[in-house]
Amino acid sequence: MPGLTVNGIAIDDTFAEAFDMRATAIVITAPTERWAVQAATTMTGFATSVIACGCEASVESVLSPQQTPDGRPGVRVLMFAVSTTELQKQLQNRVGQCVLTSPGSACYAGLDSGEDKLKLGDAIRFFGDGWQIAKRLGARRYWRVPVMDGEFVCESITYLTKKAVGGGNLIIMGESSTKTLDATEVAVKAMHGVADVIMPFPGGIARSGSKVGSKYKGASASTNDLYCPTLKGAVDSALSPEIASVLEIVIDGLTSDAVAEAMRAGLAAIIELGPQRGALRVGAGNYGGKLGRHHYHLKDLLR
Amino acid sequence: MSPLTFSLREAPAQRLDLSPLIAQNLAGKTVAEIERIEVGTTRVRVAVGDIFRVREGDPDSILIEGGVERFDRVGLGMGSGSLHVEGEVGVEAGRLMSGGQLTIRGNAGPFAGSGMKGGTLDIEGDVGERLGGPLSGETVGMSGGVLHVRGDAGERAGDRLRRGFILIEGRAGAYAGSRMIAGTLAIGGEAGDLPGYLMGRGTILLGRGASLFSPSFGDCGEHDLVAAQLLANYIAQVSAQLATLFRGPLRRLAGDLAALGKGEILLPRP
Repeated sequence: MPGLTVNGIAIDDTFAEAFDMRATAIVITAPTERWAVQAATTMTGFATSVIACGCEASVESVLSPQQTPDGRPGVRVLMFAVSTTELQKQLQNRVGQCVLTSPGSACYAGLDSGEDKLKLGDAIRFFGDGWQIAKRLGARRYWRVPVMDGEFVCESITYLTKKAVGGGNLIIMGESSTKTLDATEVAVKAMHGVADVIMPFPGGIARSGSKVGSKYKGASASTNDLYCPTLKGAVDSALSPEIASVLEIVIDGLTSDAVAEAMRAGLAAIIELGPQRGALRVGAGNYGGKLGRHHYHLKDLLR
Repeated sequence: MSPLTFSLREAPAQRLDLSPLIAQNLAGKTVAEIERIEVGTTRVRVAVGDIFRVREGDPDSILIEGGVERFDRVGLGMGSGSLHVEGEVGVEAGRLMSGGQLTIRGNAGPFAGSGMKGGTLDIEGDVGERLGGPLSGETVGMSGGVLHVRGDAGERAGDRLRRGFILIEGRAGAYAGSRMIAGTLAIGGEAGDLPGYLMGRGTILLGRGASLFSPSFGDCGEHDLVAAQLLANYIAQVSAQLATLFRGPLRRLAGDLAALGKGEILLPRP
């Protein structure tokens, strides 16, 4: 896949292929940033891929007290799923089991508008066993559910967008695992500066990129053997001899533009780091362009 | 465009029903037509032109220059636009209003904002009894919107309140928030006897307590409530001074346990 070389790094002439998804956002607050992050981290655990987790979710940003409805530290969490029904189920279960239970937490809508509504507090309020209190303040409605450390405050609904995109990606290749990881971490850090996107895999990084299908019945996905460096000599590898490690960043965004912007930021950070300290080559994953509506060509994303 | 203006010629000799003077009723009418609208309440017929000098303007922005205690039902049923009264008004100001902004630069009589469903009613002076409350035979009082009184309120302010927000910066008479169904009533000054009398649900915030509390409220102790911050932030949009009263820890009294008992009175530290 010959492409361009920028600052000594080969950029494949290829594209990332991404899909339409449903997404929502919530804001979690707590008495301290540590506990807001804790609630969000717990809620977004096991939410790396819709393949087996039901949704993809992660912390989009940490919010200062001035940015939250109740003046406490907070975080904004984005959550993506393939259907409205699944998104509602995942939101309800994860807020109910992970945010409601977290000390001092409160939960608010993270989107102010959208094509549809999702129940937030409206689904959790029954925990109050009749002692829950609804409070409407202007256009917003909150539930106050008595819990053992006081009250769990939760906005009644949040919104859903059908314009979300899941599956933007960069494949980062390097001569060692250390340098490849360094380059990928730099890219993830740059992507965190872009609003409305998450990188749902651990620390934003996936080391087990997958292909569709498997030789085994029942497995919908399996290892992407063309990008496994230990199989270079055994398969029709996509890797040249000097590549010893490959990592992937998967990006979900509330809009296609946000995904493109994140990929652009990540690519720029990798290029800036250079081949001596980071990656030798950057590619992207696709399915021939036939499955996903959104195509992000790497050459178009070079600043 | 300048407001449609009604300037008081002289104090009326009878009580007036000014409910026709709202945007949805005046749109498309000429000044002559408006002057012929009857507003009297006795056998002596009184038209708008007898009481006011009318200046042509935007009916979505109505200005009444001068007010007297005999101006009843100002803004009754208004659904949009703004109505501004430079003076006092009588009973039922803003009753059943569903939208828009009604401003009274003076005192208002009993039943101000009675049964209002939306919009904003701002009263600079004092108000009479049963602020936002239902008339005889009605089961529900105010059910939406914001009712802001900068002065004092009479007895039973917020009677049968169902939804919406009532803010009283001054004191309130006895039985504030009586028979509340839900909603929020915030009082900056001291409330009279027995606030929240027979309330079922809802929140009463008392900035400076009450002269006598009902024994049928249960003390739930003092708490740093997240909901109090949301309430204070909301109140601050109307009155920053009132909001400061409720930013700290609040004592929660649950009640009225002689009724449904799912309501609350919230009190700052004295």
